[in-house]
Amino acid sequence: MSQLVMVENINLGGVGGRPKSRWTYLDNIRRSAGPFCDPDAEFGDESIAMFDSFKVLVIGAGGLGCEILKNLALSGFKNIHVIDMDTIDVSNLNRQFLFRASDVGKGKAEVAAKFVMNRVQGVKITPHNCKIQDKDDDFYMQFTLIVCGLDSIEARRWINSTLVDLVDPENPESLKPLIDGGTEGFKGQSRVVLPTMTSCLECQLDMHAPRAAVPLCTLATIPRQPEHCIEWAHIIAWEKEHPFPKLDNDDPEHIKWLTEKALARAKEFNISGVTYSLTQGVVKNIIPAIASTNAVIAASCCNEAFKIATSTNPALGMEENYMMYSGNDSIYTYTFKHEKKDDCPVCGNVARTLPVDPNLTLQEFIETLAARPEAQLKKPSIRTEEKSLYFQSPASLELKTRRNLKLKMGKLVENGEEIGITDPSLGQVSFRFKLKFSKVFVKVAMVEEKTKGEEAK
Amino acid sequence: MTEIIADQTTPILQGPTDKEKKYDRQLRLWASNGQRALEDSHVLLVNTGSGSVGIETLKNLVLPGIGKFTIADTNIVAEEDLGVNFFIDEEGLGKSRAEVCMKLLQELNPDVKGDWFPKQKTDSMTNLFQSEEMFTLIICALPIEAETLKLVKVYCHKFQVPLVSIHSAGFYSYFRIHLHGNFPIVDTHPDSTATTDLRLLTPWPELSGFAASLTESIENLDAHQHGHIPYLVLLLHYLKEWKQCHGEYPSTYNDKKAFRDTVTAGARTVTPEGGEENFDEAVAAVLKTVSPTTLSSAVKEVFDYEPTEVELKSDFWIIVDAVKKFYAKHGELPLPGSVPDMKAQSSVYVELQTIYKSKAKQDATEILETVRGQEGGNNIDAAEVDTFCKNAAFIKLIHGAGGSSKCIRSIAEEQFQADRDAEVMMTPLSLFPIYLALASTSYVASATSSEILATIEETVPGASSQERVVQVVEEVARARGGELHNISALTGGMASQEIIKIITKQYIPMDNTCVFDGIKSSTQIFRI
Repeated sequence: MSQLVMVENINLGGVGGRPKSRWTYLDNIRRSAGPFCDPDAEFGDESIAMFDSFKVLVIGAGGLGCEILKNLALSGFKNIHVIDMDTIDVSNLNRQFLFRASDVGKGKAEVAAKFVMNRVQGVKITPHNCKIQDKDDDFYMQFTLIVCGLDSIEARRWINSTLVDLVDPENPESLKPLIDGGTEGFKGQSRVVLPTMTSCLECQLDMHAPRAAVPLCTLATIPRQPEHCIEWAHIIAWEKEHPFPKLDNDDPEHIKWLTEKALARAKEFNISGVTYSLTQGVVKNIIPAIASTNAVIAASCCNEAFKIATSTNPALGMEENYMMYSGNDSIYTYTFKHEKKDDCPVCGNVARTLPVDPNLTLQEFIETLAARPEAQLKKPSIRTEEKSLYFQSPASLELKTRRNLKLKMGKLVENGEEIGITDPSLGQVSFRFKLKFSKVFVKVAMVEEKTKGEEAK
Repeated sequence: MTEIIADQTTPILQGPTDKEKKYDRQLRLWASNGQRALEDSHVLLVNTGSGSVGIETLKNLVLPGIGKFTIADTNIVAEEDLGVNFFIDEEGLGKSRAEVCMKLLQELNPDVKGDWFPKQKTDSMTNLFQSEEMFTLIICALPIEAETLKLVKVYCHKFQVPLVSIHSAGFYSYFRIHLHGNFPIVDTHPDSTATTDLRLLTPWPELSGFAASLTESIENLDAHQHGHIPYLVLLLHYLKEWKQCHGEYPSTYNDKKAFRDTVTAGARTVTPEGGEENFDEAVAAVLKTVSPTTLSSAVKEVFDYEPTEVELKSDFWIIVDAVKKFYAKHGELPLPGSVPDMKAQSSVYVELQTIYKSKAKQDATEILETVRGQEGGNNIDAAEVDTFCKNAAFIKLIHGAGGSSKCIRSIAEEQFQADRDAEVMMTPLSLFPIYLALASTSYVASATSSEILATIEETVPGASSQERVVQVVEEVARARGGELHNISALTGGMASQEIIKIITKQYIPMDNTCVFDGIKSSTQIFRI
């Protein structure tokens, strides 16, 4: 069989006369310039020593996170931190390859860190079994760059706005490149953000529009699909009957109860297709996930991290900053530059125009904020320059502003007025929106008049 | 959105088995029949070189649970393996690389069997291919000795086994799929938005009768009834009116725009919402659904293809023949039979579903009868015919590879030309030079840039005068045949994905060479 053993080939021996080492292949690249390298980039002991001193943060130790930790360790990074609050579930084992059946129930960050440190000697990985929101600015300040493998848009937006906030123009060290990966089935994307300099995750928010919810009246009166019956069981039947104290999506008994309820409802309306598996999928909002897509996206992220940290070749960032990947019909990638938005609520400097129907109540307006692709704010607190419109917390302020919920937007704000929205789950940032009335405000309607009168009292 | 497939084998109320729990996230992509195909497979990796890309590919096959894998590798684990290959540990130093990798991969999934080769120094590759066990698919890591590759190719040709060759060096990689003969796919998983086929221009009596009964006195319906007429019924109603008035269905874009206005005008506007949702849905559906169904080019290709004697005996071609006859007779493919969700009363929607389903069943039965009348058609499962009918509009034929140096030369010329125009056309630069440079080192562990350029010149005379080719060659030489783990992990991810598609015969495999540029982070597909 093949004898292409490079170890034994003297011509291919140590680079520059050094003995063959563990990092031979990496050093082939790290110690010599290539034709596409930045002419100012340096390739020697000094630059490698600098690289060795870098600290990298990995957010998420799931499908992408396991891959990212492996890849960074084998890219020569020496000091890695990983943060994840989750514990290992049996359904993780088809792709999260640092975990075994005996690890089910243990913390992901810890098990993953231990495994990689054990396998790749010389790398130090510090696990953090907590939420990213539990860490303060000083924590994030210590890293050279951050690689994200998350399945939650909310967490991405939080770290994004935190890193944008961290940038101090006087201190170049405060700019932390953020590399983010995401997958769904055979599709995924990886992107590089240079906070405040290039398009941030918030600028790109509308690339990931939330799924449209089925109207409640369809669930309640005219179900047509098995999913409608399941949502009915999930939202309506459960609330009514409370078969268990609290719904646990991971408890088979609970899913079984929902399946039975959904089946009975489906039978009543002659709808077929309700199964346990579908019920679980709908209730948990399960996104299909496989090892291969995670491998592609995680490696793409780490390749960019490696290039940024070593200058061994130009990285995504200032020009192209986004790679889209799709693998269900052949293989398709699209690598492009996503433009920074001036009216980005996080990194832009002008308020974003938000069309609003002035005839909606504040409550209804708040509900639309969750569904709008460019806003996706679930628990917003809202204020204008003069007054607080609604605050989710503290309780005293909530009580004080609650009455505004019933009032029409046209009464609360002027056309063209700017509002600030905060949502604690998304960090410190205040989202600035300039409201533009999309319809004429009907000031006097007979029924309204009466309500208004009552509120005035 | 990814299509979610419910697992057909699980009884409705029974919770999932342990295996279904473990594989839940992938069963939602390829269902239990895809999983079974994986579990029945045996994949061989012939590993060489710096040895990581093949192992990364296998990792993504062991995790989802292929039946068995074998690693053939004559190398002994050396220090530098530890810096590029995750499935090697310190204890493995000095041992067989095949054995060490096999054990550490096998650990990922106790349901998967692993084997390695050679166990004795006297074992030669020829022995490997003489064993009774058959390989489902072979992965070959490059660079490789020409002799070994020849052995692999002979085996693959003899037993019609797909071969995937992979080469990763520095920031570049490519992999190539060699399929033998034609590779038809029925279960291509088209986007759910693409599959709507309502036959609004050719309604059959049951459908038009039902639609007419709902819209007979449309003006007099109460608000609730009017607002709940399913959009497809609305469209059938207005199409009938249009045809009575114009003598034919709207066909041009302008016709359809005018038709859309007619539908819009039918909506009642004095409602609490200021309109009717079902009419909104109808208006939105006009351009997409009011068109005659035509054959896609992929289906035409299948219909036009003349299968060989051997192929003619396969289920696929027997069913294709029956579907072709059906198409010749009716001018349409069998109806898939699904109805998208739309605003409607539950009972009305279910009735509509039933009408479409029974027409689909009727079409499938007719095709099954034709199948049964054909030689070899008696052994074909009715369920297979059903599945075929549901997917008839999306079947796809991937042709086996047939390569010659002339072909490479013509691709190169075409790509060089494209690069000359790239700046004006604002298109990215071709990745073909990467293929040329890597393919020139298929049989050597490492080469200097002038050696690589000389080899390229043999296949593509004049290539070395292209500045980009020279640069890419320099970049390949820079790696000295060594892999970067990230590039190998990424390439292994793509290769394993394609292998899963080939083994499960689901989704559409890449045809046939995929080049990755880790500097620009982009891919390009070539048919070589």
